[in-house]
Amino acid sequence: MVFSYYPGCTLKTKAKDLDKYARASAEALGVTLEELPDWQCCGGVYPIAKDEIATKLSSVRALNRSKELGRDLITVCSACHNVIKQVNHDMQTDENIVAKVANYMKLDAPYRGETNVIHYLEMLRDKVGFDTIREKAVNPLKGKKIAAYYGCLLLRPSSVMAFDDPENPTIMEDLITALGAEPVRYSMRNECCGAYTTLEKKEIAQKKSNAVLASAEANGAEMVITACPLCLYNLKKNATEHDVPVKYFTEVLAEALGIA
Amino acid sequence: MQRIGVFVCWCGSNIAATVDVQRVAEELKKEPGVVFSADYQYMCSESGQNLIKDAIKEHALTGVVICSCSPRMHENTFRKAAASVGLNPYMVEIANIREQCSWIHKDKATGTEKAIILGRAAIAKVHLNAPLIAGESPVTKRALVIGGGIAGIQTALDIAEAGFEVDIVEKSPTIGGKMAQLDKTFPTLDCSACILTPKMVEAAQQEKIKIYSYSEIDEVKGFVGNFSVKIRRKARYVKEDICTGCGLCTEKCPQKKVPNEFNMGMDNRRAIYIPFAQAVPKVATIDPNYCTMLKTGKCGVCSKICGVKAIDYTQQDEIVEAKYGAIVVATGFNPISPAKFDEFAYSQSPDVVTSLEYERLMNAAGPTNGTLLRPSDGKHPHTIVFVQCVGSRCDGAEKGKPYCSKVCCMYTAKHAMLTREKYPDTDVYVFYIDVRTPGKNFDEFYRRAVEEYNVHYIKGMVGKVVPENGKLKVQAADLLSNEQLHIDADMVVLATAVEPDPSARSLATKLTASMDTNDFFTEAHPKLRPVESPTAGVFLSGMCQGPKDIPETVSQASAAAAKVIGLLVKDKLVGNPCVAHSDELLCNGCSSCEKVCPYGAITYSDKEFRMPDRTTALRRVAAVNPAVCQGCGACTVACPSGAMDLFGFSNNQIMAEVDAICK
Repeated sequence: MVFSYYPGCTLKTKAKDLDKYARASAEALGVTLEELPDWQCCGGVYPIAKDEIATKLSSVRALNRSKELGRDLITVCSACHNVIKQVNHDMQTDENIVAKVANYMKLDAPYRGETNVIHYLEMLRDKVGFDTIREKAVNPLKGKKIAAYYGCLLLRPSSVMAFDDPENPTIMEDLITALGAEPVRYSMRNECCGAYTTLEKKEIAQKKSNAVLASAEANGAEMVITACPLCLYNLKKNATEHDVPVKYFTEVLAEALGIA
Repeated sequence: MQRIGVFVCWCGSNIAATVDVQRVAEELKKEPGVVFSADYQYMCSESGQNLIKDAIKEHALTGVVICSCSPRMHENTFRKAAASVGLNPYMVEIANIREQCSWIHKDKATGTEKAIILGRAAIAKVHLNAPLIAGESPVTKRALVIGGGIAGIQTALDIAEAGFEVDIVEKSPTIGGKMAQLDKTFPTLDCSACILTPKMVEAAQQEKIKIYSYSEIDEVKGFVGNFSVKIRRKARYVKEDICTGCGLCTEKCPQKKVPNEFNMGMDNRRAIYIPFAQAVPKVATIDPNYCTMLKTGKCGVCSKICGVKAIDYTQQDEIVEAKYGAIVVATGFNPISPAKFDEFAYSQSPDVVTSLEYERLMNAAGPTNGTLLRPSDGKHPHTIVFVQCVGSRCDGAEKGKPYCSKVCCMYTAKHAMLTREKYPDTDVYVFYIDVRTPGKNFDEFYRRAVEEYNVHYIKGMVGKVVPENGKLKVQAADLLSNEQLHIDADMVVLATAVEPDPSARSLATKLTASMDTNDFFTEAHPKLRPVESPTAGVFLSGMCQGPKDIPETVSQASAAAAKVIGLLVKDKLVGNPCVAHSDELLCNGCSSCEKVCPYGAITYSDKEFRMPDRTTALRRVAAVNPAVCQGCGACTVACPSGAMDLFGFSNNQIMAEVDAICK
């Protein structure tokens, strides 16, 4: 299995672990991730303004390149995935944006959202299969109580992301089970961590992040995993009242596969 | 050449204000064949009609054009007036110069010109009109009621009371419907079963009523007054006429793990069962999905235990064919599944229940014998949160319903009040978008819940419910104080939207009755003919037509019965002569008309035709049943060879109108 791989800026700087273990685990699972040549920032935040084109272009470049290569595009950062998938949806549904983007980028053929955008977790579930992962987990995390933290971006808007049930997701819990650990369900697993409010009003991010970890700890979590670098940052830096370890899901995956 | 009279109505100032009626009358006088022309303030009035009658007699008119309001308003009035002086009523044409002219134009010159053109078109048509005579058909004096809930029962009782035979077809093993599952009824809090079961018994004992329980409609043919219906009596594997309803089999059956639908699956029944104690007919039914004998051929306990030998494992579905003059649809409703609204955690916790489930938990005959207990651990709940409008008034049609389900505000007030009444130690919250209580004594009832029973009514919606540590963590918004609320609840009750029963859609197809986008049956007129479907002879009763509470359902049921009685007392029905007919010599047997006919009025048969040189040939040609045809004209448009035509609206007549307009 060969996929185009879009790491994103943060994975080259703050979130190196997310990237490193994603690649290593993929290799162990027989999946080849070919990093897209000359990829650019996804845009960071999906622009809600309907006439905004410029900030969508960099996502389209990645999508179009993947189309040229004839491969599905794998993302792993929640934010990148959210932006790229939403832009792709625009390209599938909004003729106006398609035309403007084609003009601007001087594309030979307009890009119409042909590329499949797949999150790494979806790849594990749908392409590799959790049963395969269970077989290849040479170092199963027996007895470990792990809480999955979804955050906002992976699940919403649910009609576009089509990732999992936005109110009652199970994909990360299923992964945790496949790795031999015990998933912990708690109320705040798909609530907001405070996100960018950490820059302006730190107390909001602190309140939100503390609430997330309080709920996870109350339900017996020994570790929290996430797919989002910003969530990880908030849960580590702003959840000041709690010290349950927070890791990327790729780290525990790699550990179970005997890599780390 | 016809001798045509033109009558231009002022309709007070409705027409006269924007149309120069005198000029219209003068201009139309110049049209060929017009021998009389007049204008008058109110043509539909007694004196206006006399003006028409006198002109017909005096000028020996053979055709009449009335420039007035829409034919839906007064066509019948003017036809009757013409007929009373010996002119065939189908020689009267209406030019609508009100709704489609004076009301929509502001400029008098434009309005006048358009009125003249519309008058010319009608005159051109009348030149081609021919007298039509309506046919008659007999009426089968028996009614069919589909659905045995309170709507169907009431309709059947009223029809039977008037002396007509009536059959009820109910798909489940007993009549009673949803009302049988309810605990108390708002706003008087009388016990639902206590007021329903006497009606069920009355229906069973009434000689004119025959109940086909555990039966479905397979096929409907025919037309108003003459329906022919195939009823499938599903195999219940118990001989209905022999079973005494003693219930011994339902106690001895070894298959104990069948979710009991009467209690919303919150307890179990056996594979052989009687839905509830007051079921009518009180006869056991074997559930073929669970019966070990039917599935593996090994068991037979019920057969051995039955004292009257009523069990018959070899029973097959049986088709009964019967004729009816009228059909009443009373297929009712179901609450939607809250599965799509997982923010309320219905799939994650047994303590999140729907209102109908809560109704069973409060009911003395329910799974907890009427003691309110949490389904998860059987403990007494202290904090209960009610969420209204779950799936009602929803923007996104893919999840919920766009309409208000109408009954939820009242039954939630009832639940909240009864809970506080029986368990004063409970804290009860109701989250609402609006509280809607139009109805006699309804708002007083809701006020009592708030003021006397101290139910916490909070304007705002619940955003999320999370089961955690044996509690349900409820996050909600209080819109009036603009606060986020966090409530640790023991139970959450979801007032889910109602939707028509899923059987309604296929039934509508069989009946050629129309439905709206939500699968509610459409009425013939939303205000003035609310219990008739647009399909002649098909009537509507209860929730199948739209959300309504019990008193409204019963009123509508009786109204539908009145309409049915009005139909059945007639010995003959006068048809509409404006129906389609096929020219057999032009028909090429292609079936296009048959495919587009929404009423099933067209049939094909092989017919012998005389050909040149004394030969004959067998050709497949269409024939229209004039009693079934509603004159919609779809076939005349679909027919590629021009064989189909409509009396009263022939292709020639319509082309003449178009030519007159475009002249």
